Amino acid sequence: MTEIALQVVGLVRRVQGVISHTLVDGIDLSVEKGEFLAITGPSGSGKSSLLYLIGLLDAPTEGEIIICGQATSKLSEIERADVRLTKCGFVFQFHFLLPEFTALENVLLPMRAYGQMSTKQMNERAMNLLASLGLGEQAVKRPNQLSGGQRQRVALARALANRPEIIVADEPTGNLDTASTEQVFGILRDIANNGQTVVVVTHDAALAARADRRIHIVDGKIQETTFGSEGRSEFATLNETAKCHL
Amino acid sequence: MATNLLISIAWTHVSTRVRQTLIGMFGVAMGVGFTIMMAGLMQGSQIDFLQQLVDTMPHITVDDERRSVPSQPADQEYAAVGISNVANINRRPGIKYPDAVIESLKSWLPGDVAPSVNTTTILDHGGRVGVTLTGIDPRLEIHVSKLSSQMRQGQLADLSKAANGIIIGQALAEKLAVKYGNTVLLGGSEGTQVSATVIGIFRSGLKSVDEGQVYSLVGLAQTLMGQTGIINQLRLRLNDPLIAQKVATRVEAQIGYRSVSWQEANSDLLSNFATRDLIVLTVMGAMLLTSSFATYNIISTITHEKRHDIAIMKSLGMREYSVRRIFIIEAAIMGFVGILLGWVLGYLLCYGWSLITIVNPLTGATVPLQIYYSPLHYIATGAIAILCCAVSAFFPARKATRVHPVEIIRGAS
Repeated sequence: MTEIALQVVGLVRRVQGVISHTLVDGIDLSVEKGEFLAITGPSGSGKSSLLYLIGLLDAPTEGEIIICGQATSKLSEIERADVRLTKCGFVFQFHFLLPEFTALENVLLPMRAYGQMSTKQMNERAMNLLASLGLGEQAVKRPNQLSGGQRQRVALARALANRPEIIVADEPTGNLDTASTEQVFGILRDIANNGQTVVVVTHDAALAARADRRIHIVDGKIQETTFGSEGRSEFATLNETAKCHL
Repeated sequence: MATNLLISIAWTHVSTRVRQTLIGMFGVAMGVGFTIMMAGLMQGSQIDFLQQLVDTMPHITVDDERRSVPSQPADQEYAAVGISNVANINRRPGIKYPDAVIESLKSWLPGDVAPSVNTTTILDHGGRVGVTLTGIDPRLEIHVSKLSSQMRQGQLADLSKAANGIIIGQALAEKLAVKYGNTVLLGGSEGTQVSATVIGIFRSGLKSVDEGQVYSLVGLAQTLMGQTGIINQLRLRLNDPLIAQKVATRVEAQIGYRSVSWQEANSDLLSNFATRDLIVLTVMGAMLLTSSFATYNIISTITHEKRHDIAIMKSLGMREYSVRRIFIIEAAIMGFVGILLGWVLGYLLCYGWSLITIVNPLTGATVPLQIYYSPLHYIATGAIAILCCAVSAFFPARKATRVHPVEIIRGAS
């Protein structure tokens, strides 16, 4: 039986304003461990809002998000921050690296915030992550000395730092050229193959097609679910061998 | 959360924006420096003034008066007593058995005591001026007053050598054109007239004393009063002038005569100092407060510039108060360095002021400005400044770190 990494039940997110607006309107979703899920949809459909809810950046109006068996709707802001620190890794359209810090220091940041490893272990892990993403040479460079694709890969390394269960990516290739897009997407694919769950919001239909599953969102509702060309059966075999952590 | 992570982020922020950081530090340094200067100047001038005051006058003066009329034997015996035809005696009662009193005081007094005779007399040298004449014993006087060091012409000991010698203040001498060695006429209250020789001129620095005080031997003063053998004042000088109030109370309890400490004699002056202290404290507080606006402004700017970083740190799972602490640490770093600079600045300003000399309008002497150096000034201004920094950073930091990361991330994409 496959393990459920993420479960979303009856998720609703409304914003109160002059005109009340429903961003996410009753979504149920279950994502398996090691699955690569792509969320697509037109602008303003609520796909990013759903992603922020899944990543516990935003709190739902109704419904429940269960991450690795832990219900999150009743957690305090501090507890939600702790879940983000340990179980979720974020990648955004903009790299959002801290500009004064080197690539290495940026990757170290979540680990130092978590504080579960010795300085030596943290440095080793950060260097390994950067090297595995082809950035071994760039470790001591600042973000403004890196190319767009390199920055996004540093951001990916940072997202992976604390061995999160789920990688949440919001248009991670939105600002990249074709070659870098290919590279970043390939890495995300590898991460999923290694047993970490990946949830990506993207505009790019061609990329979305390479995910294990694609959900298309319109007006805050799931309109269509498509299983990827690489197929569930292949995923299932991968999943059996893949272990929980990278 | 790991404090050294927060400190390293804070340090990176302040060290990568040198100009802003320096402005913030200078703001704090100015506030601290000028506050220390103010405190040093104010307390310096105050202490200098008190020093003069304490040096000029005896620390405790015991008169032959009582604070209240002693109860009469008839009062003690009967509930209601009318006393009529009270005789009006123009003679001073004097201190009874002064030698015995002095001996008993000397047995415990942390200082010295000297008897004197205090009377008023008219000094006639062309012009006539009413003055206070104090009859003293030069051998004892040197223990209770700084008169011997205030002599401008002549010696205190000359009093005993000349017949009817007197010592007068410089201002009085100038007023009456009396010169050292001149003979003047003294008129006592009983009509006695004595011609006396000016064998000394002193200057204390206090105008009222320099213009209205004359010293002679005890005998001459007694003659002018027409009361031979009287001693109507004891003057005490203590090793520590600050305990005068306590000692005065004890002396009064022991011998019954009114004992006035220098603090009591100048209580109006001292209460003025209290008001002045309050004003100075207010001004100093305002200075530090003003300098903390610089910190407020800079932390506001940094948090505004860093809103993306704040959003990302929060989204990565750093807690809100941890992120907030980064900016408070930044303010503390600026404050800390600013305080160190301010201490140096304050010391240099104090030193600079102490090089300036002013002409004392009373004495005409050129004296340097008195600066009081106290570690307390440095510690207190430092503590207040670091507190101001932390508080002024807290509010912009709180505002900035409260923002929901989604708002920033959405705004950026």
